[in-house]
Amino acid sequence: MANGSKQIVDFAKIKATMADPYKHPVQVIDREGKVVDPDTLAKYSDDQLVDFMKKMVWERTLHEQTMNFSRQGRLGFYAPTAGEEASEMGSVTAFKQQDFLLPAYRDLPQMIQHGTTVAKGFLWSKGHVEGNQHENPNMLFPQIIIGAQYVETAGVALGIKKNGDEDRVAFVYTGDGGTSQGDWYEGVNFASAFQAPAVFFVQNNGWAISVPRYKQTAAETLAQKAVAMGVPSVQVDGMDIVAVHEVSKAAREFTAAGNGPVVIETLTYRYGAHSSAGDDPSRYRTKEEEKPWFDADPLIRLRKVLTDKGVWSQDQEDKLVDEYKDEFKEAMKEAEAAPAQKVSDFLKWTYNVPTPAVKKQIAEFEAKESK
Amino acid sequence: MAKMTYIKAITSGLDQVLKDDPKTLIFGEDVGKNGGVFRTTVDLQDKYGEDRVFDTPLAESGILGLAIGLSLTGWRPIPEIQFMGFTFEAMDGIVGQLARDHYRFGGQKNFPVTVRTPFGGGTHTAEMHADNLENYFVSTPGLRVVTPANPYDAKGLVISAVESDDPVLFMENLKLYRSMKDEVPDEKYTVPLDTAKVVREGTDVTIVAYSAEVNESLAAADALAKDNISAEVIDLRSLSPIDTDTVFASVDKTHKVVIVQEAQRMAGVGAVVASDIAEEKIMSLDAPIGRVAAPDSVYPFAQAENDWIPNADDIEAKVREIVNY
Repeated sequence: MANGSKQIVDFAKIKATMADPYKHPVQVIDREGKVVDPDTLAKYSDDQLVDFMKKMVWERTLHEQTMNFSRQGRLGFYAPTAGEEASEMGSVTAFKQQDFLLPAYRDLPQMIQHGTTVAKGFLWSKGHVEGNQHENPNMLFPQIIIGAQYVETAGVALGIKKNGDEDRVAFVYTGDGGTSQGDWYEGVNFASAFQAPAVFFVQNNGWAISVPRYKQTAAETLAQKAVAMGVPSVQVDGMDIVAVHEVSKAAREFTAAGNGPVVIETLTYRYGAHSSAGDDPSRYRTKEEEKPWFDADPLIRLRKVLTDKGVWSQDQEDKLVDEYKDEFKEAMKEAEAAPAQKVSDFLKWTYNVPTPAVKKQIAEFEAKESK
Repeated sequence: MAKMTYIKAITSGLDQVLKDDPKTLIFGEDVGKNGGVFRTTVDLQDKYGEDRVFDTPLAESGILGLAIGLSLTGWRPIPEIQFMGFTFEAMDGIVGQLARDHYRFGGQKNFPVTVRTPFGGGTHTAEMHADNLENYFVSTPGLRVVTPANPYDAKGLVISAVESDDPVLFMENLKLYRSMKDEVPDEKYTVPLDTAKVVREGTDVTIVAYSAEVNESLAAADALAKDNISAEVIDLRSLSPIDTDTVFASVDKTHKVVIVQEAQRMAGVGAVVASDIAEEKIMSLDAPIGRVAAPDSVYPFAQAENDWIPNADDIEAKVREIVNY
């Protein structure tokens, strides 16, 4: 084909414009604490906003306390959550007790909000079965295999639809790295094919351990991946709790009404390491990269709004931090008092009806354990 | 009682569980209107509706995720993986998730999923359609693995698998689908999930086999009988757990054993049976344990598969060697 002749399709233009619908992440309060969407903010009473602030202070304190516990060797695998308070608390509070939560390993704070105790969260981290047994039965344990929770979400959502449960949805979390998994696409696509009620969260915190977001995909946004599955999606400022909550609420309402699933990408940042097990972010990212994100902190901006309204003070926050610290120390004591686990129990739980070989091993271990 | 093929017997069993329990669901690739690529689920969508019997998008990991999520919301899923070679795409779903979930909850939640999947050589399929992959699954705690060798067991086992609160991998042999007929009751009956069956009584040697190799073993036993060698043939039926009591009782009677499998020799079911016998019954043996298995190559190109799959002649030769030891 001669140079300059018109091609039948303009791939360059398609490529340049495909992320256009995602150019403006939803935001209510900007990084300076300025209210950019006063109409939305006006929907929230001072009490509601104060409650958001309390939840974020709670999660930040939980983060700090768990880092202390980790240093003391009192926790096992634990994924730090500082920086993601708006994304996690803003989203989970948009759901109801009857909704089914499928968390990943950075989602203990949402699990606790959805109906388990801090002690159970610690027991999960320490490697104890009671860490998987929650007061609210509408949740799974934190998934370790990245993406598996996405395909299971499609199943839970289809089950909800088949049961005819009204006002009930499934919701699930993964990170930016998780969107590269085949299971990510299969989960969203299955939920879409069955038009099942599910909200899929991608907490884009910039890093999959040491691999930056831009190396996961050439797509400009992660939200736009949903388009291929016929699923509406949105990018939201994940450091803005009001925006995250408002978007999550809208998604829940949309999907609960029988309109099929939604994907939400929250733009957030992982302040700390990937996990408490020896990851060191200074190996792969710079202070220059971190600083603008620290400045965009979700607590700073809501604190400013609330202080301007005269409904929040540093003194009040300090007192809360002390209360929460005491709560977490008590929870650790409770977790540490959990009964020792027995291999004979592990064998009993492996099958519903133990096989002959397992029965024999149960007897062997029970004999050992009774000594 | 009617004469039924192996595949019809499975269809009849599935019909029964759909009728008995409104929470059962059949789903997978092409299982709906098409009735499955082999017609195992034929007419079931018409009979029970698209809510109960439905097609899924083409993705095996998604199918397993669906099964697990449906269990969590009170359903009793019967997913089909169209060919066993495709289970590799669902390995995390079956092995990493489904088999472990009851344990993870400390026994508080059940995952009553029956994964049906066809396998087995001799029908000149495309690659990854015929492999005997049971060895990957029998080493998975929490998962039961069963495979019928005849129409009667096919119906009774599939009903037991679906009624079990444990996850079960139900392996259907492609070659057997339409190659054999049996008297199969129209009414409901079950075959226990964890017992082997003596399918031919004998006194001189025990042949332990499963799936299509049971028929090969029976043919070998017929040939051996002409020379007054009396072979007892055991169909394992359940590959996890293995019913060692039935195997041991036979070994105590015959004092000689040959273990047969269509899968490659390396690791696997036959090796487990051999080690169990060696551990518990070595003093009862009058000869070394004999094994017949496929060679340790990748599953052969279809044109040559019958040179590769162990047959009645191979079994007969090995039995003669052990009997004459």
